[in-house]
Amino acid sequence: MSDIHDNLRELYQEVIFDHNRKPRNFHPMPDADHHAEGHNPLCGDQLTVYLRIEEGVIAEASFVGHGCAISTASASLMTEAIKGKPVDEVEALFRDFHAMLTNASPEQIEATRDFGKLAVFAGVREFPARVKCATLAWHTLHNAIVGARDPARTE
Amino acid sequence: MNVINDATHLAPERLQVAADFPILARPVHKRRLAYLDNGATTQKPDAVIEAERRFYRESNANIHRGVHWLSQQATDLYEAARSTVQRFINAAHADNIVFTRGTTEAINLVAQSWGRTQLRVGDEILITTMEHHSNIVPWQMLCEQTGAVLKVAPVTDAGELDCDAFEALLGDRTRLVAISHVSNALGTVNPVAHLTRKAQAVGALVLIDGAQAVAHQKVDVQALGCDFYAFSGHKLYAPTGIGVLYGRGELLSAMPPWQGGGDMIRTVSFEGTTYADAPQRFEAGTPNIAGSIALAAAIDYVTGVGIERIAAHEHALLAHATAALSDIDGLRLIGTATHKAGIVSFIIDGIHPHDLGTILDTEGVAIRAGHHCAMPLMTRFGIPGTARASLAMYNDETDIAALVAAIHKAQDLFGPPRSH
Repeated sequence: MSDIHDNLRELYQEVIFDHNRKPRNFHPMPDADHHAEGHNPLCGDQLTVYLRIEEGVIAEASFVGHGCAISTASASLMTEAIKGKPVDEVEALFRDFHAMLTNASPEQIEATRDFGKLAVFAGVREFPARVKCATLAWHTLHNAIVGARDPARTE
Repeated sequence: MNVINDATHLAPERLQVAADFPILARPVHKRRLAYLDNGATTQKPDAVIEAERRFYRESNANIHRGVHWLSQQATDLYEAARSTVQRFINAAHADNIVFTRGTTEAINLVAQSWGRTQLRVGDEILITTMEHHSNIVPWQMLCEQTGAVLKVAPVTDAGELDCDAFEALLGDRTRLVAISHVSNALGTVNPVAHLTRKAQAVGALVLIDGAQAVAHQKVDVQALGCDFYAFSGHKLYAPTGIGVLYGRGELLSAMPPWQGGGDMIRTVSFEGTTYADAPQRFEAGTPNIAGSIALAAAIDYVTGVGIERIAAHEHALLAHATAALSDIDGLRLIGTATHKAGIVSFIIDGIHPHDLGTILDTEGVAIRAGHHCAMPLMTRFGIPGTARASLAMYNDETDIAALVAAIHKAQDLFGPPRSH
């Protein structure tokens, strides 16, 4: 059985702190053609994801809002990961990312998918109460893509 | 730094009660558990756990129905529990005590029974910014149903009720004042006896949300003079799912039922039904019999330790915790009222309360992080939430030392706060 104190260091890696202190693509996007709001009512975390989609490809992505280190870093790393990717691929990435955090045996997913920097969030799996923090930005991204009108919620 | 308490120099009296609470002996993440989330729910002593177990092993039956022996015994225990509650809060009569699921249901009962029949368009309900959602939302719903208007008295930067503004909001149209005895998010103790007199002077009724008060100080509803007083068992060392609404006798007698069913009727026919007297009128269906009996056991336990001793212990420990936390760089206390109960709310530069909660948990320190079901209050302070340590009779300086050490660990992990 893994030790919780090792797990804590797995969760809070330097890349998380870096993106929490200096979130990337952290600004509103006046010429966005897609945007959505996300809200975690239990935490109070709130963010807005902005997208510019050109010919089915995410040309630009940004976000604003406030939340914990996990949710801020997740939004920041997400905007970096999705830029330049086709929308279909981004949606598939979200499904795999979600599975990495919540599946009982995520090894299969991790074997077939190179998560790049997003792999840092694998540590969230050991902290079920924090999965919603890591996925809020992604749920909001999904809503922005499909044009949902209600805010995304992770509760 | 404000002076919170002049008892800072006194070491908290050790009540030596922790051994009565079996869960406190359970390590969490291989650490000694420092349970500081008592504002959310308290742990249960053996006496309470055993009372519930004994009821199911020896006395279980439905109440107010059967002629058989067990039913009579269960009924006697249930009604004896009502009398225990009556004595605990010094109500005039056992019939002033309505068993509910908790504070929330007690408040909703008043809103839906008294409020829906009494309020008219333009009538006013006065609450405060520091209320828990359970003392906000039932009134918002009632206002939608009746056309009544919700007024909100502000709090100061220290987290105290602005009493002048409160009094200025009282008027001819004020029908009800609903106010917390102790703020769950800040620990502020409101001057409820004074506020009750002011409200009643303009003809308003007063409901006090005592969820955070009854386990921590002596409550005497007749001395307070309030019309209603609501509290939960589970914050008073009793199980979840049992709570109390105290109401003055003539008010309860005049209020209509709010839920229909068995146990709340006198006669039922298809031509018309007559209702039982209070409090049975408000206890439709089979109530939480075991819970009420366990609540009585919890009250007996608290009374045995001594509510005044518990209050003194927690007050001294609060002063100790406040001083210890104030020494931490980058820590800001939220709620620095002169009169506080055992709750310390705080934020730390550069560390979101949820991250702090996770890190503290790995050290065996259980706190609450977030908005504490008081979102308007968080908005008032311009923060998304706080970390909250809330005390109970079994806490001591060891718990506070664990809290302080875990906060230092979180600060080491997070490094200096971000600049923007």
